[in-house]
Amino acid sequence: MESFTTPLLTGTSTAAILLIAALGLALTFGQMGVINMAHGEFLMAGAYATYLTQQVVTNADFSVLLAIPVAFAVAGLLGLALEAGVIRWMYHRPLDTLLVTVGVSMVLQQLAKDLFGAQGDPVRQPGWLDGSLAVLGYNWPYTRMFTIALAVAALGGLAALLKYSPFGRQIRATVQNRDLAETMGISTRQVDRITFFVGSGLAGIGGVALALASGTNPNLGTTYIIPAFLVVVAGGLGQLRGTVIAAWLVGVVTAFLTDWFSGSTAQVVTFALVVIFLQVRPQGLFTVRTRGLA
Amino acid sequence: MTGPRRTAAPARVAGLLRTWGGLLGIGLLALALLVVAPAVLSDFRLGNLGKYCCWAIAAVGIGLAWGRGGMLVMGQGVFFGIGGYAMAMHLKLEAAGPGNVPDFMVLYGDGTMPGWWEPFRSGAFTLVAIVVVPAVVAAVLGFAIFKRRVRGAYFAILNQALAVAFATLLVATIKQTGGFNGLNSFPSFFGYNLYDPVNRRMLYSIAAGLLIGCLVLAWHLQRSRFGELLVATRDAEDRVRFLGHDPANIKLVAFVIAAVMASIGGAMFAPIAGIISPSDVNATASILLIAGVALGGRASLLGPALGALAVGYGQSALSESFPNQWTYFQGALFIVVILLIPAGLASLPPRLWAAATRRTRAGTGGAA
Repeated sequence: MESFTTPLLTGTSTAAILLIAALGLALTFGQMGVINMAHGEFLMAGAYATYLTQQVVTNADFSVLLAIPVAFAVAGLLGLALEAGVIRWMYHRPLDTLLVTVGVSMVLQQLAKDLFGAQGDPVRQPGWLDGSLAVLGYNWPYTRMFTIALAVAALGGLAALLKYSPFGRQIRATVQNRDLAETMGISTRQVDRITFFVGSGLAGIGGVALALASGTNPNLGTTYIIPAFLVVVAGGLGQLRGTVIAAWLVGVVTAFLTDWFSGSTAQVVTFALVVIFLQVRPQGLFTVRTRGLA
Repeated sequence: MTGPRRTAAPARVAGLLRTWGGLLGIGLLALALLVVAPAVLSDFRLGNLGKYCCWAIAAVGIGLAWGRGGMLVMGQGVFFGIGGYAMAMHLKLEAAGPGNVPDFMVLYGDGTMPGWWEPFRSGAFTLVAIVVVPAVVAAVLGFAIFKRRVRGAYFAILNQALAVAFATLLVATIKQTGGFNGLNSFPSFFGYNLYDPVNRRMLYSIAAGLLIGCLVLAWHLQRSRFGELLVATRDAEDRVRFLGHDPANIKLVAFVIAAVMASIGGAMFAPIAGIISPSDVNATASILLIAGVALGGRASLLGPALGALAVGYGQSALSESFPNQWTYFQGALFIVVILLIPAGLASLPPRLWAAATRRTRAGTGGAA
């Protein structure tokens, strides 16, 4: 039982971080066609925001909670700057956004190295995350539960925003038919900007969870960007439920494989599984029905 | 305005240039690399140029797959690595001598050699493997991806994930591949002592010659029916399908050729650089190859190769004196080139030429 529940639980908390990272990507990649390779660096920015918040507010119990909105704002503003400075010139060239953001990610990574040093900085755990809860004969560490709760909150918040808020309606309208939305008086430029802000901000929240799990590190984002993209690809574009299920599957499958093989073999096998999966469903788990050719 | 008789001669020159200009450019590059460079450069600089040539060989393939075929191949480091490691394994076994085991296996492991190393004792097998293994890997992967019409961003991301997975695997299998340190210190190359500068110059000439060969092949492919189909697939895949061709096969061929070129580049890189390690083949290395191609001009003939040579030179020159600034420069390179000159430097002369002729024409028009 132990050998089964442990990977299931660690996998689920890995999946939670993947999910937060992938939500932002799904929003910008799935809905706007922008492939943001600097998204991983927004995770890193969230982690450093957590670290800096702790330097200012020394009470660890409170500072982590404060770090969540701070990290959201920091990563969101970075995203906004990226959109305003670079992305908005190339909405019609999706593959090129990938290359440009690779350049941005290199710059941000080196900037983090120069500002904070190549070594990572530790982030203090708040007292209320010490210990674990015993359920089903297994101890759930509170940090893992916190990560999962954060992911659920981020998902719920995003879903509510898209579904119920006037702004969410504007996003959906812009995605479905940009020209028509424009005609109806929606400022699609404004929608693009805010979508980018929210998507990048979500990565910042993921950074808080990462900082609690493993501290900060200039290379933090690079580890997560490719798995997060695989999640988006396997989940299907523009589908929140697909992203959720794919994140959970990738997280748990990787955890089980890591248990059976080594960590690196698990990565390779996960990659192979995603390629095989795309053989069955080239458009991902859930697809928007279109009359397109592919 | 000028009469038809006076435009005839320039038009004929332009036509000839269109047909043979590519070959002329390759000839000039061959002259520079094979005659001028060995005459004026020191052994050390020539060795560095040899390394850049290896990257340029891979870049020619990327130009074909990405520039002509529209497939953003972000994982060419994998194929570069397959060639590099295959060659390095042979050189390690050559250094160890018949029946012996490479030194690092004694150092990291229990001194036994995995079975799949054994065939690489044969030089002929290694040379065949350098071409066949990447071709088979690319064919299987490409078949799986293209037949299911996975393309665009999906293809690019899968490709990059492959590079990440490959590098991770190399680091982890330290007993078989030397892990993070990779394979290094090769004393000889097919019997030629590599401590002898003459032999190192020979190695450079082989790399430069292979680069020219790949360029000639690319020139030929560009003019062929296949080259036209490839560009057509890039620009309007569905139309190509409606005309009765299978775009998957066309892309597959370009992908396989690109993979083999990357592998050849890697195979020459290992003995010239004296090392092949995961950092030469990982996601960052793969992306650096893309940077050169983008800079030079992805869809042009000479652009990818010249861009790769320039990026290689820039990396050496800048990272020697400012190791950190190189990263900023590299990032800025991507942003500026993709944002402002997406077709690369190769697109600038024609544009300037067009702008200049437009001005003179406007000038003569005004005078008349």
